[in-house]
Amino acid sequence: MGIAGYLALIVWAVFVNNFVLSQFLGICPFMGVSKKVESAVGMAAAVLFVITMASIITFLLYNALLVPWDLQYLKTILFILVIAALVQFVEMVIKKVSPTLFAALGIFLPLITTNCAVLGAALLAIQKDFNFMKTLVFGMASAVGFGLVLILFAAIRERLALNVATPKAMKGMPIALITASILSLAFLGFSGMVRM
Amino acid sequence: MDVQAIMIGSGALAGVGAISAVVLAIASRVFKVDEDPRIEAINEILPGANCGGCGFPGCSGFAKAIVEGMADPTGCAPGGNELAKKIAVILGVEVQEKVRMVARVRCSGTSEHCANRFVYEGVASCKGASLLSEGGIKSCPYGCDGLGDCVAVCPFDAIHMGPNQIPVVDLDKCTACGKCVDACPKGVIALEAHAGQVVLHCHTHLAAKDVRKICSIGCISCKACIRACPYDALSWDVDLPVFDYEKCQSCGLCIDACKPGCIQTFKEIDLAVKAKATEALEAKKAEEAAKREAARAAAQARAAAAAAAAAEKPN
Repeated sequence: MGIAGYLALIVWAVFVNNFVLSQFLGICPFMGVSKKVESAVGMAAAVLFVITMASIITFLLYNALLVPWDLQYLKTILFILVIAALVQFVEMVIKKVSPTLFAALGIFLPLITTNCAVLGAALLAIQKDFNFMKTLVFGMASAVGFGLVLILFAAIRERLALNVATPKAMKGMPIALITASILSLAFLGFSGMVRM
Repeated sequence: MDVQAIMIGSGALAGVGAISAVVLAIASRVFKVDEDPRIEAINEILPGANCGGCGFPGCSGFAKAIVEGMADPTGCAPGGNELAKKIAVILGVEVQEKVRMVARVRCSGTSEHCANRFVYEGVASCKGASLLSEGGIKSCPYGCDGLGDCVAVCPFDAIHMGPNQIPVVDLDKCTACGKCVDACPKGVIALEAHAGQVVLHCHTHLAAKDVRKICSIGCISCKACIRACPYDALSWDVDLPVFDYEKCQSCGLCIDACKPGCIQTFKEIDLAVKAKATEALEAKKAEEAAKREAARAAAQARAAAAAAAAAEKPN
Protein backbone atom coordinates (compact mmCIF):
# COMPACT_ATOMS: atom_id res chain seq x y z
CA MET A 1 0.00 0.00 0.00
CA GLY A 2 1.56 3.22 -1.15
CA ILE A 3 1.11 6.86 -0.23
CA ALA A 4 -2.16 7.00 -2.17
CA GLY A 5 -3.52 4.16 -0.08
CA TYR A 6 -2.70 5.96 3.14
CA LEU A 7 -4.21 9.18 1.83
CA ALA A 8 -7.38 7.31 0.96
CA LEU A 9 -7.38 5.82 4.45
CA ILE A 10 -7.02 9.29 6.00
CA VAL A 11 -9.85 10.76 3.92
CA TRP A 12 -11.98 7.74 4.71
CA ALA A 13 -11.38 8.04 8.46
CA VAL A 14 -11.69 11.83 8.68
CA PHE A 15 -14.66 12.48 6.39
CA VAL A 16 -16.40 9.42 5.01
CA ASN A 17 -16.37 7.31 8.12
CA ASN A 18 -16.29 10.16 10.64
CA PHE A 19 -16.45 8.83 14.16
CA VAL A 20 -19.02 11.26 15.47
CA LEU A 21 -21.24 11.96 12.51
CA SER A 22 -21.28 8.60 10.70
CA GLN A 23 -20.41 6.06 13.38
CA PHE A 24 -22.01 7.94 16.28
CA LEU A 25 -19.08 7.21 18.55
CA GLY A 26 -17.94 9.65 21.22
CA ILE A 27 -21.23 11.53 21.36
CA CYS A 28 -20.78 12.28 25.07
CA PRO A 29 -17.73 14.56 24.74
CA PHE A 30 -19.15 15.82 21.43
CA MET A 31 -22.20 17.24 23.22
CA GLY A 32 -20.48 17.91 26.52
CA VAL A 33 -17.30 19.75 25.61
CA SER A 34 -18.54 21.72 22.63
CA LYS A 35 -19.76 24.89 24.28
CA LYS A 36 -16.51 26.75 23.75
CA VAL A 37 -14.00 26.46 20.92
CA GLU A 38 -11.17 26.74 23.41
CA SER A 39 -12.15 23.66 25.40
CA ALA A 40 -13.09 21.83 22.18
CA VAL A 41 -9.50 22.30 20.97
CA GLY A 42 -8.20 20.95 24.27
CA MET A 43 -10.48 17.95 24.04
CA ALA A 44 -9.52 17.31 20.41
CA ALA A 45 -5.84 17.33 21.35
CA ALA A 46 -6.44 14.96 24.26
CA VAL A 47 -8.41 12.56 22.06
CA LEU A 48 -5.74 12.62 19.35
CA PHE A 49 -3.12 11.82 21.94
CA VAL A 50 -5.04 9.04 23.66
CA ILE A 51 -6.29 7.35 20.48
CA THR A 52 -2.79 7.26 19.02
CA MET A 53 -1.34 5.78 22.20
CA ALA A 54 -4.22 3.35 22.55
CA SER A 55 -3.94 2.20 18.92
CA ILE A 56 -0.29 1.35 19.40
CA ILE A 57 -0.70 -0.49 22.67
CA THR A 58 -3.84 -2.40 21.70
CA PHE A 59 -2.29 -3.47 18.40
CA LEU A 60 0.78 -4.80 20.18
CA LEU A 61 -1.28 -6.50 22.86
CA TYR A 62 -3.65 -8.09 20.37
CA ASN A 63 -0.95 -9.52 18.14
CA ALA A 64 1.51 -10.45 20.87
CA LEU A 65 -0.83 -11.84 23.50
CA LEU A 66 -4.35 -12.54 22.26
CA VAL A 67 -3.60 -14.09 18.84
CA PRO A 68 -0.91 -16.58 20.01
CA TRP A 69 -3.07 -17.73 22.91
CA ASP A 70 -6.22 -17.82 20.79
CA LEU A 71 -7.97 -15.34 23.07
CA GLN A 72 -9.35 -12.91 20.47
CA TYR A 73 -12.77 -12.98 22.15
CA LEU A 74 -11.28 -11.15 25.15
CA LYS A 75 -10.30 -8.12 23.11
CA THR A 76 -13.12 -5.78 24.22
CA ILE A 77 -12.72 -6.22 27.95
CA LEU A 78 -8.93 -6.30 27.75
CA PHE A 79 -8.82 -3.13 25.68
CA ILE A 80 -11.02 -1.29 28.15
CA LEU A 81 -8.70 -2.33 30.95
CA VAL A 82 -5.52 -1.42 29.13
CA ILE A 83 -6.81 1.90 27.78
CA ALA A 84 -8.03 2.95 31.24
CA ALA A 85 -4.68 2.08 32.77
CA LEU A 86 -2.82 3.80 29.95
CA VAL A 87 -4.75 7.02 30.30
CA GLN A 88 -4.16 7.03 34.05
CA PHE A 89 -0.49 6.47 33.49
CA VAL A 90 -0.21 9.16 30.85
CA GLU A 91 -2.08 11.58 33.11
CA MET A 92 0.40 11.01 35.92
CA VAL A 93 3.39 11.42 33.63
CA ILE A 94 2.05 14.64 32.11
CA LYS A 95 1.22 16.04 35.54
CA LYS A 96 4.83 15.56 36.60
CA VAL A 97 6.65 16.34 33.38
CA SER A 98 4.64 19.21 31.92
CA PRO A 99 2.25 21.11 34.20
CA THR A 100 1.35 23.39 31.28
CA LEU A 101 0.23 20.50 29.11
CA PHE A 102 -1.57 19.05 32.12
CA ALA A 103 -3.44 22.28 32.66
CA ALA A 104 -4.50 22.20 29.01
CA LEU A 105 -5.39 18.50 28.72
CA GLY A 106 -5.74 17.51 32.36
CA ILE A 107 -9.45 17.85 32.85
CA PHE A 108 -10.23 16.14 29.55
CA LEU A 109 -8.06 13.08 30.04
CA PRO A 110 -10.22 11.34 32.68
CA LEU A 111 -13.26 12.06 30.51
CA ILE A 112 -11.94 9.91 27.70
CA THR A 113 -10.53 7.07 29.79
CA THR A 114 -13.03 4.60 28.43
CA ASN A 115 -14.55 6.73 25.73
CA CYS A 116 -16.21 4.69 23.03
CA ALA A 117 -14.35 6.58 20.29
CA VAL A 118 -11.04 5.41 21.73
CA LEU A 119 -12.24 1.85 22.14
CA GLY A 120 -13.92 2.02 18.73
CA ALA A 121 -10.68 3.01 17.00
CA ALA A 122 -8.86 0.06 18.54
CA LEU A 123 -11.60 -2.46 17.78
CA LEU A 124 -12.28 -1.22 14.23
CA ALA A 125 -8.59 -1.43 13.33
CA ILE A 126 -8.61 -5.09 14.35
CA GLN A 127 -11.90 -5.79 12.62
CA LYS A 128 -10.49 -4.36 9.38
CA ASP A 129 -7.32 -6.43 9.79
CA PHE A 130 -5.02 -3.41 9.55
CA ASN A 131 -1.27 -3.78 9.91
CA PHE A 132 0.68 -1.69 12.41
CA MET A 133 1.22 1.36 10.19
CA LYS A 134 -2.37 1.34 9.00
CA THR A 135 -3.65 1.01 12.55
CA LEU A 136 -1.57 3.99 13.60
CA VAL A 137 -2.66 6.15 10.66
CA PHE A 138 -6.27 5.08 11.04
CA GLY A 139 -6.24 5.94 14.75
CA MET A 140 -4.71 9.36 14.20
CA ALA A 141 -6.98 10.17 11.27
CA SER A 142 -10.07 9.14 13.23
CA ALA A 143 -9.01 11.39 16.06
CA VAL A 144 -8.43 14.25 13.64
CA GLY A 145 -11.91 13.67 12.24
CA PHE A 146 -13.33 13.71 15.75
CA GLY A 147 -11.44 16.90 16.59
CA LEU A 148 -12.47 18.58 13.34
CA VAL A 149 -16.16 17.93 13.94
CA LEU A 150 -15.90 18.88 17.61
CA ILE A 151 -14.28 22.23 16.85
CA LEU A 152 -16.70 22.94 13.96
CA PHE A 153 -19.62 22.15 16.20
CA ALA A 154 -18.26 24.24 19.08
CA ALA A 155 -17.86 27.24 16.77
CA ILE A 156 -21.45 26.84 15.57
CA ARG A 157 -22.71 26.53 19.13
CA GLU A 158 -20.83 29.64 20.22
CA ARG A 159 -22.64 31.61 17.55
CA LEU A 160 -25.97 29.93 18.30
CA ALA A 161 -25.67 30.94 21.94
CA LEU A 162 -25.63 34.57 20.85
CA ASN A 163 -28.63 34.17 18.58
CA VAL A 164 -31.61 35.88 20.20
CA ALA A 165 -34.03 34.53 17.61
CA THR A 166 -33.81 31.01 19.04
CA PRO A 167 -37.12 30.23 20.76
CA LYS A 168 -36.82 29.81 24.51
CA ALA A 169 -37.77 26.15 24.49
CA MET A 170 -35.08 25.45 21.86
CA LYS A 171 -32.21 27.17 23.65
CA GLY A 172 -29.20 25.14 24.74
CA MET A 173 -29.31 21.38 24.23
CA PRO A 174 -32.33 21.08 21.89
CA ILE A 175 -30.92 23.38 19.23
CA ALA A 176 -27.50 21.78 19.69
CA LEU A 177 -28.95 18.34 18.95
CA ILE A 178 -30.72 19.66 15.85
CA THR A 179 -27.49 21.30 14.71
CA ALA A 180 -25.63 18.04 15.23
CA SER A 181 -28.11 16.15 13.10
CA ILE A 182 -27.84 18.72 10.29
CA LEU A 183 -24.06 18.47 10.52
CA SER A 184 -24.40 14.70 10.30
CA LEU A 185 -26.54 15.05 7.15
CA ALA A 186 -23.86 17.30 5.66
CA PHE A 187 -21.20 14.70 6.31
CA LEU A 188 -23.43 12.09 4.69
CA GLY A 189 -22.42 13.80 1.43
CA PHE A 190 -18.99 12.20 1.72
CA SER A 191 -20.36 8.67 1.81
CA GLY A 192 -19.13 6.41 -0.95
CA MET A 193 -16.24 8.72 -1.85
CA VAL A 194 -13.68 6.19 -0.65
CA ARG A 195 -14.29 2.55 0.08
CA MET A 196 -12.27 0.65 2.62
CA MET B 1 -16.63 -27.47 28.89
CA ASP B 2 -13.10 -26.47 28.19
CA VAL B 3 -11.70 -25.63 31.61
CA GLN B 4 -8.29 -24.90 30.18
CA ALA B 5 -9.63 -22.15 27.90
CA ILE B 6 -11.34 -20.49 30.83
CA MET B 7 -8.15 -20.71 32.86
CA ILE B 8 -6.04 -19.22 30.08
CA GLY B 9 -8.55 -16.46 29.41
CA SER B 10 -9.03 -15.39 32.99
CA GLY B 11 -5.30 -15.84 33.65
CA ALA B 12 -4.37 -13.56 30.76
CA LEU B 13 -6.87 -10.93 31.83
CA ALA B 14 -5.82 -11.09 35.48
CA GLY B 15 -2.17 -10.94 34.41
CA VAL B 16 -2.64 -7.85 32.27
CA GLY B 17 -4.69 -6.30 35.06
CA ALA B 18 -2.04 -7.06 37.66
CA ILE B 19 0.76 -5.69 35.47
CA SER B 20 -1.22 -2.47 34.83
CA ALA B 21 -1.87 -2.17 38.56
CA VAL B 22 1.80 -2.55 39.42
CA VAL B 23 2.84 -0.08 36.73
CA LEU B 24 0.27 2.45 37.96
CA ALA B 25 1.30 1.95 41.57
CA ILE B 26 4.94 2.53 40.74
CA ALA B 27 4.07 5.48 38.51
CA SER B 28 2.02 7.11 41.25
CA ARG B 29 5.11 7.01 43.45
CA VAL B 30 7.64 8.03 40.83
CA PHE B 31 5.54 10.77 39.29
CA LYS B 32 4.07 12.05 42.53
CA VAL B 33 3.31 15.77 42.44
CA ASP B 34 3.22 17.51 45.79
CA GLU B 35 -0.04 19.32 46.24
CA ASP B 36 -0.70 21.86 48.92
CA PRO B 37 -1.62 19.67 51.94
CA ARG B 38 -3.94 22.40 53.17
CA ILE B 39 -6.33 21.71 50.28
CA GLU B 40 -6.79 18.13 51.49
CA ALA B 41 -7.04 19.25 55.13
CA ILE B 42 -9.76 21.78 54.36
CA ASN B 43 -11.57 19.40 52.06
CA GLU B 44 -11.80 16.90 54.90
CA ILE B 45 -13.51 19.25 57.31
CA LEU B 46 -15.98 20.65 54.76
CA PRO B 47 -19.51 19.21 55.08
CA GLY B 48 -19.21 17.28 51.81
CA ALA B 49 -22.79 17.92 50.74
CA ASN B 50 -21.58 19.54 47.50
CA CYS B 51 -24.52 21.92 47.69
CA GLY B 52 -22.78 24.54 45.57
CA GLY B 53 -23.99 27.35 47.81
CA CYS B 54 -20.47 28.81 47.86
CA GLY B 55 -20.47 29.22 44.09
CA PHE B 56 -17.69 26.70 43.45
CA PRO B 57 -18.02 23.24 41.89
CA GLY B 58 -18.47 21.13 44.99
CA CYS B 59 -16.63 21.07 48.29
CA SER B 60 -13.25 20.13 46.82
CA GLY B 61 -13.42 23.05 44.39
CA PHE B 62 -14.18 25.35 47.30
CA ALA B 63 -11.24 23.95 49.32
CA LYS B 64 -8.90 24.62 46.41
CA ALA B 65 -10.28 28.12 45.94
CA ILE B 66 -9.78 28.96 49.63
CA VAL B 67 -6.15 27.92 49.59
CA GLU B 68 -5.55 29.81 46.36
CA GLY B 69 -7.09 32.87 47.95
CA MET B 70 -10.01 32.93 45.51
CA ALA B 71 -12.67 32.22 48.12
CA ASP B 72 -13.54 33.55 51.53
CA PRO B 73 -13.13 30.99 54.36
CA THR B 74 -16.54 32.03 55.66
CA GLY B 75 -18.14 31.23 52.29
CA CYS B 76 -19.48 27.84 53.36
CA ALA B 77 -23.01 28.43 54.63
CA PRO B 78 -23.63 24.88 55.89
CA GLY B 79 -20.39 24.86 57.90
CA GLY B 80 -21.08 28.22 59.49
CA ASN B 81 -18.82 30.01 61.90
CA GLU B 82 -17.38 26.89 63.47
CA LEU B 83 -16.10 25.67 60.16
CA ALA B 84 -14.75 29.10 59.26
CA LYS B 85 -12.77 29.08 62.49
CA LYS B 86 -11.34 25.65 61.76
CA ILE B 87 -10.38 26.71 58.23
CA ALA B 88 -8.79 29.84 59.65
CA VAL B 89 -6.66 27.69 61.94
CA ILE B 90 -5.45 25.66 58.96
CA LEU B 91 -4.73 28.76 56.92
CA GLY B 92 -3.31 30.67 59.87
CA VAL B 93 -5.57 33.69 59.37
CA GLU B 94 -8.33 35.32 61.37
CA VAL B 95 -11.93 35.39 60.22
CA GLN B 96 -14.77 37.58 61.22
CA GLU B 97 -17.86 36.05 62.76
CA LYS B 98 -20.78 35.84 60.43
CA VAL B 99 -24.38 36.18 61.50
CA ARG B 100 -26.02 32.78 61.13
CA MET B 101 -28.77 32.97 58.56
CA VAL B 102 -31.77 30.78 57.98
CA ALA B 103 -34.36 30.42 55.23
CA ARG B 104 -37.68 32.09 56.02
CA VAL B 105 -40.98 31.34 54.37
CA ARG B 106 -42.48 34.81 54.17
CA CYS B 107 -46.08 33.87 53.57
CA SER B 108 -48.79 32.37 55.74
CA GLY B 109 -51.60 32.66 53.24
CA THR B 110 -53.14 29.21 53.28
CA SER B 111 -56.12 28.73 50.99
CA GLU B 112 -58.40 29.70 53.92
CA HIS B 113 -56.80 33.12 54.07
CA CYS B 114 -55.94 33.70 50.45
CA ALA B 115 -58.16 32.04 47.85
CA ASN B 116 -56.85 30.06 44.90
CA ARG B 117 -57.55 31.67 41.56
CA PHE B 118 -58.30 28.33 39.89
CA VAL B 119 -58.08 24.59 40.43
CA TYR B 120 -54.61 23.54 39.36
CA GLU B 121 -54.23 19.98 38.18
CA GLY B 122 -50.93 20.23 36.32
CA VAL B 123 -47.45 19.06 37.23
CA ALA B 124 -46.94 19.30 40.98
CA SER B 125 -44.34 22.04 40.76
CA CYS B 126 -44.55 25.71 41.72
CA LYS B 127 -42.43 26.60 38.69
CA GLY B 128 -44.84 24.77 36.42
CA ALA B 129 -47.87 26.47 37.94
CA SER B 130 -46.17 29.84 37.68
CA LEU B 131 -45.23 29.32 34.06
CA LEU B 132 -48.74 28.26 33.09
CA SER B 133 -50.46 31.19 34.71
CA GLU B 134 -48.99 34.61 35.18
CA GLY B 135 -48.62 34.84 38.94
CA GLY B 136 -49.31 31.32 40.13
CA ILE B 137 -52.23 29.70 41.87
CA LYS B 138 -52.84 32.06 44.80
CA SER B 139 -54.71 35.28 44.24
CA CYS B 140 -51.75 37.10 45.81
CA PRO B 141 -48.88 37.27 43.30
CA TYR B 142 -46.48 37.10 46.27
CA GLY B 143 -48.19 34.15 47.96
CA CYS B 144 -46.90 30.63 48.43
CA ASP B 145 -48.42 28.15 45.96
CA GLY B 146 -47.53 25.27 48.25
CA LEU B 147 -46.44 22.70 45.65
CA GLY B 148 -43.10 22.18 47.34
CA ASP B 149 -40.32 23.11 44.89
CA CYS B 150 -38.36 24.30 47.93
CA VAL B 151 -38.91 20.98 49.72
CA ALA B 152 -37.64 19.03 46.73
CA VAL B 153 -34.53 21.12 46.23
CA CYS B 154 -33.28 21.20 49.85
CA PRO B 155 -30.09 19.12 50.13
CA PHE B 156 -30.29 19.05 53.93
CA ASP B 157 -33.88 17.84 54.41
CA ALA B 158 -34.50 21.04 56.32
CA ILE B 159 -37.75 22.18 54.72
CA HIS B 160 -41.01 20.28 54.83
CA MET B 161 -44.55 20.90 53.71
CA GLY B 162 -46.73 21.93 56.62
CA PRO B 163 -50.26 20.60 57.18
CA ASN B 164 -51.83 23.58 55.41
CA GLN B 165 -49.62 23.59 52.30
CA ILE B 166 -47.16 26.22 53.50
CA PRO B 167 -43.60 24.91 53.88
CA VAL B 168 -41.96 24.93 57.30
CA VAL B 169 -38.22 25.38 57.75
CA ASP B 170 -36.40 23.22 60.29
CA LEU B 171 -34.34 25.89 62.00
CA ASP B 172 -31.75 23.43 63.30
CA LYS B 173 -31.14 21.73 59.98
CA CYS B 174 -31.26 24.78 57.71
CA THR B 175 -27.82 25.94 56.65
CA ALA B 176 -28.84 28.95 54.58
CA CYS B 177 -27.35 27.53 51.39
CA GLY B 178 -30.01 29.45 49.49
CA LYS B 179 -31.20 26.70 47.14
CA CYS B 180 -34.84 27.12 48.15
CA VAL B 181 -34.54 30.87 47.67
CA ASP B 182 -33.59 30.26 44.04
CA ALA B 183 -36.15 27.50 43.57
CA CYS B 184 -39.19 29.54 44.61
CA PRO B 185 -40.69 31.20 41.52
CA LYS B 186 -42.55 33.75 43.65
CA GLY B 187 -39.66 34.79 45.84
CA VAL B 188 -41.45 33.77 49.02
CA ILE B 189 -38.32 32.45 50.72
CA ALA B 190 -35.49 34.72 51.84
CA LEU B 191 -32.50 34.39 54.11
CA GLU B 192 -32.84 36.15 57.43
CA ALA B 193 -30.94 36.15 60.71
CA HIS B 194 -31.25 32.87 62.57
CA ALA B 195 -31.53 34.75 65.89
CA GLY B 196 -34.93 36.15 64.98
CA GLN B 197 -37.80 34.59 66.95
CA VAL B 198 -40.56 36.93 65.83
CA VAL B 199 -40.90 37.23 62.09
CA LEU B 200 -43.09 38.75 59.43
CA HIS B 201 -44.77 35.92 57.51
CA CYS B 202 -45.71 38.04 54.52
CA HIS B 203 -43.82 39.78 51.77
CA THR B 204 -46.55 41.25 49.65
CA HIS B 205 -45.80 44.48 47.88
CA LEU B 206 -49.43 45.08 46.99
CA ALA B 207 -51.20 48.21 48.18
CA ALA B 208 -53.16 47.81 51.44
CA LYS B 209 -56.57 47.98 49.77
CA ASP B 210 -55.64 45.21 47.32
CA VAL B 211 -54.30 43.06 50.14
CA ARG B 212 -57.58 43.47 52.06
CA LYS B 213 -59.49 42.21 49.01
CA ILE B 214 -57.54 38.98 48.50
CA CYS B 215 -55.87 37.92 51.73
CA SER B 216 -56.97 37.99 55.35
CA ILE B 217 -53.46 37.41 56.72
CA GLY B 218 -51.42 39.79 54.57
CA CYS B 219 -49.65 42.95 55.67
CA ILE B 220 -51.99 45.94 55.32
CA SER B 221 -49.32 48.56 55.95
CA CYS B 222 -51.00 49.82 59.15
CA LYS B 223 -47.63 50.18 60.91
CA ALA B 224 -49.20 49.18 64.23
CA CYS B 225 -46.25 46.87 64.80
CA ILE B 226 -43.78 49.72 64.58
CA ARG B 227 -45.74 51.76 67.10
CA ALA B 228 -46.00 48.75 69.40
CA CYS B 229 -42.27 48.11 69.58
CA PRO B 230 -40.62 49.53 72.72
CA TYR B 231 -37.10 48.82 71.43
CA ASP B 232 -37.24 50.45 67.99
CA ALA B 233 -36.48 47.07 66.44
CA LEU B 234 -38.97 47.58 63.62
CA SER B 235 -38.61 50.05 60.82
CA TRP B 236 -40.57 50.71 57.64
CA ASP B 237 -39.01 49.83 54.32
CA VAL B 238 -41.09 51.05 51.37
CA ASP B 239 -44.10 48.77 51.91
CA LEU B 240 -43.22 46.29 54.63
CA PRO B 241 -41.89 46.39 58.20
CA VAL B 242 -38.33 45.16 58.70
CA PHE B 243 -36.97 43.61 61.89
CA ASP B 244 -33.60 44.49 63.35
CA TYR B 245 -32.77 41.33 65.28
CA GLU B 246 -29.96 42.97 67.17
CA LYS B 247 -32.57 45.13 68.89
CA CYS B 248 -35.50 42.71 68.97
CA GLN B 249 -36.10 41.10 72.37
CA SER B 250 -38.84 38.74 71.14
CA CYS B 251 -41.38 40.32 73.51
CA GLY B 252 -44.26 39.69 71.14
CA LEU B 253 -45.98 43.06 71.46
CA CYS B 254 -45.95 43.48 67.69
CA ILE B 255 -47.67 40.10 67.35
CA ASP B 256 -50.58 41.38 69.42
CA ALA B 257 -50.58 44.65 67.55
CA CYS B 258 -50.69 43.06 64.08
CA LYS B 259 -54.34 43.00 63.03
CA PRO B 260 -54.13 40.53 60.14
CA GLY B 261 -51.77 38.34 62.16
CA CYS B 262 -48.92 38.02 59.73
CA ILE B 263 -46.32 38.67 62.42
CA GLN B 264 -45.77 35.35 64.13
CA THR B 265 -43.31 33.59 66.37
CA PHE B 266 -41.61 30.22 66.43
CA LYS B 267 -41.46 30.05 70.22
CA GLU B 268 -43.72 30.68 73.16
CA ILE B 269 -43.39 34.30 74.16
CA ASP B 270 -41.71 34.66 77.56
CA LEU B 271 -44.30 36.42 79.70
CA ALA B 272 -41.65 38.07 81.89
CA VAL B 273 -40.02 39.57 78.80
CA LYS B 274 -43.42 40.68 77.56
CA ALA B 275 -44.30 42.32 80.90
CA LYS B 276 -40.98 44.14 80.91
CA ALA B 277 -41.55 45.25 77.35
CA THR B 278 -45.03 46.50 78.16
CA GLU B 279 -43.52 48.61 80.92
CA ALA B 280 -40.84 49.85 78.57
CA LEU B 281 -43.49 50.72 76.00
CA GLU B 282 -45.53 52.61 78.55
CA ALA B 283 -42.42 54.43 79.73
CA LYS B 284 -41.62 55.25 76.13
CA LYS B 285 -45.14 56.50 75.51
CA ALA B 286 -45.08 58.53 78.74
CA GLU B 287 -41.73 59.98 77.76
CA GLU B 288 -43.04 60.89 74.35
CA ALA B 289 -46.17 62.40 75.88
CA ALA B 290 -44.01 64.38 78.32
CA LYS B 291 -41.89 65.58 75.43
CA ARG B 292 -44.97 66.64 73.53
CA GLU B 293 -46.29 68.36 76.64
CA ALA B 294 -43.01 70.16 77.14
CA ALA B 295 -42.95 71.21 73.50
CA ARG B 296 -46.47 72.51 73.74
CA ALA B 297 -45.68 74.41 76.94
CA ALA B 298 -42.60 75.92 75.32
CA ALA B 299 -44.64 76.98 72.30
CA GLN B 300 -47.29 78.55 74.54
CA ALA B 301 -44.62 80.38 76.51
CA ARG B 302 -43.11 81.67 73.28
CA ALA B 303 -46.51 82.81 72.03
CA ALA B 304 -47.24 84.54 75.36
CA ALA B 305 -43.87 86.29 75.30
CA ALA B 306 -44.47 87.45 71.74
CA ALA B 307 -47.93 88.72 72.68
CA ALA B 308 -46.51 90.58 75.69
CA ALA B 309 -43.80 92.11 73.50
CA ALA B 310 -46.44 93.24 70.99
CA ALA B 311 -48.55 94.77 73.78
CA GLU B 312 -45.60 96.68 75.19
CA LYS B 313 -44.67 98.19 71.88
CA PRO B 314 -46.60 101.42 71.35
CA ASN B 315 -48.31 101.70 68.03
